[in-house]
Amino acid sequence: MWALLLAAVLGGLAGVLAGLFGVGGGILFVPTLTLVLGLTQIHAEATSLLAIIPAAAAGAWRQQRYGNVRWRSALVIGAASIAGVEAGVQIAEALPEGALRRLFGVLMLLVAAQIVRHALGRRARA
Amino acid sequence: MRLVAIGLVAGLFSALFGVGGGIVIVPMLMLAAHFGERPAMATSLGAVLVIACVGAVTYAVHGQMKPTAALLVGIPAVVGAVVGTSLQQRLATRTLSLAFAALLAAVGARMLV
Repeated sequence: MWALLLAAVLGGLAGVLAGLFGVGGGILFVPTLTLVLGLTQIHAEATSLLAIIPAAAAGAWRQQRYGNVRWRSALVIGAASIAGVEAGVQIAEALPEGALRRLFGVLMLLVAAQIVRHALGRRARA
Repeated sequence: MRLVAIGLVAGLFSALFGVGGGIVIVPMLMLAAHFGERPAMATSLGAVLVIACVGAVTYAVHGQMKPTAALLVGIPAVVGAVVGTSLQQRLATRTLSLAFAALLAAVGARMLV
């Protein structure tokens, strides 16, 4: 019972992240599904995709009303990304996973620093 | 053309590292395509919707989904997404940028440990 309640609360938080930052919410959905509800990693990733659909739809609908969504861009990126996934699956099978994860971690930290610089630099100019 | 590249990279990353597309799409729209914070995040959400629909159909064919669990987290997430988007309209873009950078840093740090 408590696990179900916790999963629902974490699901709600994932939705807030999705709406606030434009990410899918999988960041929270996947650990919730594995750690709280006991799904296997592969089941959790598949189920997370299903859970993202209503959350992303609701968020995009709201953003549409705020006039922020560029649908043509979204469709182009979405379609291209599906081709990217196919390529990624091939590469993932050929490379060692640990090295890949560390590389990605460093890359994310660098991008985060770049965004901070971008945000603070703009204020300095304004 | 730039958008195609962003989509390809996002798809590549999500397959390689198991992260969602949004975490890659938002910074690329902001830094490479010069979108403002709110249009970048809103457009990313639209792209994520497309990606999740296709991905979900692919997985459903293989029967690896737990629809009840998806509803349990997905329904509260709809409420959360509405709250999140309205919160986003109220925050200053600089605050949004910095908060998003913190999220990226957290995801990056988790990959390193």
